[in-house]
Amino acid sequence: MPTSQAAGGFGAVVRHHLFWPVVALVALLAVNTAVRPGFLSVSILDDHLFGSPIDILRNCAPLMLVALGMSLVIATRGIDLSVGAVVAISGAVALTFIAGAPDPASTTTVLLAIGMALALGLVLGVWNGFLVSVLGIQPIIATLILMTAGRGVAMLITEGQITTVTSAPFKMLGAGYWLGLPVATLVAFGVFALVALLVRRTALGMLVESVGINPAASRLAGVRARTIVWTVFALSGLFSALAGLILSSNVMAADANNAGLFIELDAILAVVIGGTSLAGGKFSLSGTFVGVLIIATLSLTVTNVGISPLVTPLFKALVVAAVTLLQSPAMRRKLSERTRRRGRTAPVTPSDKPADVATDKVVAS
Amino acid sequence: MTPSDAGDAGSTPDARPQDVRPVVEMTGISIEFPGVKALDGVDLRLLPGEVHALMGENGAGKSTLIKALTGVYGIDSGEILVDGEPHRFSGPGEAQAAGIATVYQEVNLCENLTVAENIMLGNEPRRFGAIDWPRTRRRAAEHLATMGLDVDPASSLGSHSIAVQQLVAISRAMVVDAKVLILDEPTSSLDADEVARLFAVVRRLRDQGVAILFVSHFLEQVFELADRMTVLRNGTRVGEYRTAEITRSELVSRMIGRSMEVLEDLEVRTEHTVDAAQGKPFVQAVGLGRRGSVQAFDLDVHEGEVVGLAGLLGSGRTEVARLLAGADRADTGTLSVKGTPTRLRTPRTAIGRRIAFSSEDRKAEGVVGDLTVRENIVLGLQAERGWLRPLPGKQVDEIVHRYIEALNIRPANPDALLRNLSGGNQQKVLLARWLATAPELFILDEPTRGIDVGAKAEIQRLVSDLAARGMAVLFISAELEEVVRLSHRIAVMRDRQKVAELTNTDSVGVDDVVELIASGGDR
Repeated sequence: MPTSQAAGGFGAVVRHHLFWPVVALVALLAVNTAVRPGFLSVSILDDHLFGSPIDILRNCAPLMLVALGMSLVIATRGIDLSVGAVVAISGAVALTFIAGAPDPASTTTVLLAIGMALALGLVLGVWNGFLVSVLGIQPIIATLILMTAGRGVAMLITEGQITTVTSAPFKMLGAGYWLGLPVATLVAFGVFALVALLVRRTALGMLVESVGINPAASRLAGVRARTIVWTVFALSGLFSALAGLILSSNVMAADANNAGLFIELDAILAVVIGGTSLAGGKFSLSGTFVGVLIIATLSLTVTNVGISPLVTPLFKALVVAAVTLLQSPAMRRKLSERTRRRGRTAPVTPSDKPADVATDKVVAS
Repeated sequence: MTPSDAGDAGSTPDARPQDVRPVVEMTGISIEFPGVKALDGVDLRLLPGEVHALMGENGAGKSTLIKALTGVYGIDSGEILVDGEPHRFSGPGEAQAAGIATVYQEVNLCENLTVAENIMLGNEPRRFGAIDWPRTRRRAAEHLATMGLDVDPASSLGSHSIAVQQLVAISRAMVVDAKVLILDEPTSSLDADEVARLFAVVRRLRDQGVAILFVSHFLEQVFELADRMTVLRNGTRVGEYRTAEITRSELVSRMIGRSMEVLEDLEVRTEHTVDAAQGKPFVQAVGLGRRGSVQAFDLDVHEGEVVGLAGLLGSGRTEVARLLAGADRADTGTLSVKGTPTRLRTPRTAIGRRIAFSSEDRKAEGVVGDLTVRENIVLGLQAERGWLRPLPGKQVDEIVHRYIEALNIRPANPDALLRNLSGGNQQKVLLARWLATAPELFILDEPTRGIDVGAKAEIQRLVSDLAARGMAVLFISAELEEVVRLSHRIAVMRDRQKVAELTNTDSVGVDDVVELIASGGDR
């Protein structure tokens, strides 16, 4: 009988939840390098790093932030469709405020604008959380409300115009460099790392998963399920607002109709590619991280490889389908048929130990 | 305490009727999981027109053997003959096609469909390619009638009790004219009347020549229903016996591999000393009730006292527990904890008042399956602290190890996912979760349901010990014998109403409680 021992260390690597996403990312990079051998090279230009890898890192910043919030929301069995609208609103608020300020280039103005946009994003997230956790509306419907209405709100703020400004400090956020690296990347990765650390160092991650896996049991165990759901929606709003700031700063314009368009779908995709189930429960922020990089690389690949715009959506779809298939439990089982019955841990452990209970050790102090 | 194998291997009282050919013959079945030999050369044969019980402790391999027979697991070695023909099932569908139908412990039906739709699902009669609904309903009604069930086929399944759903599941299994019917713990959530009803149906099917494989933790039921039994222990077959030729104590000692005296040691009976009731009242409910759930009742539980709640299924036992645990909100009456009037708005408030509640519905309201044993144990404690103050890793390890050892949780691996543990061990993990929150009142709703003899005795002893240490315990069980044995006082429920309360003495027996339930307290 062939057993799993044969698979050994390699099997463990293949079984790791990040294996296929990382393979996909590496494959995408390899394709790009094959088409353009200099793809991975990074040079220094105008005192900062320059090259396709840097582009990927900078372009993925807004999605990184949105997908971060989305991961937490999805882990609680929710979904947040309103992130794109929040992106638009946040950019609109910030730019309208800067445009109307007497001195658009002053740092105080810019900080105030950023503060306002973030606060508004938080409020919008709290609104979503209120609808879901207090009123008990299904997340997809609750956030659909803001998804639809949000761009209208952004339009009202910008009065239907595409607001543009000139403000050097604000431009720093989306297009600037610090220590040779894009500020947008530093901000997004910094926030991501901070939250990842927070989630695993505190008990938030476990409680979020517990609520996502079995809400009834969690409630009986004393978990404040409502507060937790509310918190993750609020965070999602906050991170989306930050993403909106980065996006609008990059182009120095607030476009109520197109800023962050379909970013909710990319974010959901990144979460799924990263191995977090839409059914809620266990989530993987490292998976989401890789998922975001894959999507950003994919967008660049399209232009780099010179795929016709006509087939771009199809190409993207094929890659995404391949990655999600490789991630699916059914497919994985097929792939590892030879390491038979792997992953099905024995539900039974013969207990040959007499059942003389050592109850005296139970000290319910 | 070495297993007394000598007595088992020597004489297998096996009267083999040569004239009847078994419907199912499994020989030398072995199944290995990574690291565990779940089944090792096990034989099983099922004869037509017989109820065959599969006996063994949790983890003995019963479920695995059933899954091998129903095609859920592939076998590593051995042979499965159905009607004399060798089969190698690679999926449940193939086993079904061979005439093997299964009703699992948890009812696997669609609650939002009607009874008729559930029974006929996948086997609907068709006309011109479309489902012939009138005929579907008629056929379903016929099936219900042959099983002696008076259920409206057009009613929604979810509107019926678990017991009726169970019977519908059996009807569904028999739609395909099964030769073999496997019943895996069908009675674990039924009360006495419902069990009788189920047994009537099972006997009727047996008399029609169906071979029935019956798995249950209730010894009494096995002796009442089964004609023959196969005993498993640690993945091996101990032997096959005719029910008439084996006593209860012989059976139990074969199942656990120890002699009966050791087991009797575990049979706890709480000392009915008077001073137990002299502890201070921990919780006092006066006129507590909730519309549509349970009528106003008075109930005290004192420190160091076990109060048993007796009553039939649906009599309001669980509803009382839920009100005391803050799982439901009371709309009448008052509740005092340690003399202070308290409103329990959520389970969280109750936990804050040191009240723990272990729900009867382990799967839906207890187990967080995709979390590890470790996480499940500390969940309650961590929830109380809030997410910002994680328990230090060292403290977590200390707590987890203490309870795994104290409650004898198997496997003793804190990183195992809880859903991979057997029912009895899941229950122990949940008890550990609650004990870790240091409760002063522990409400246990059916803590021993569906778990094996050994784990059951362990939990009973735990309850008794906790009370001896001063904890107040509210103990709910459908098994009256267990309630009588453990409780200092017994409150009797009937029709969602508390009808009587009696102080337990050595002279009180199950019969007295049964009479109270029957008479509704009007003596």
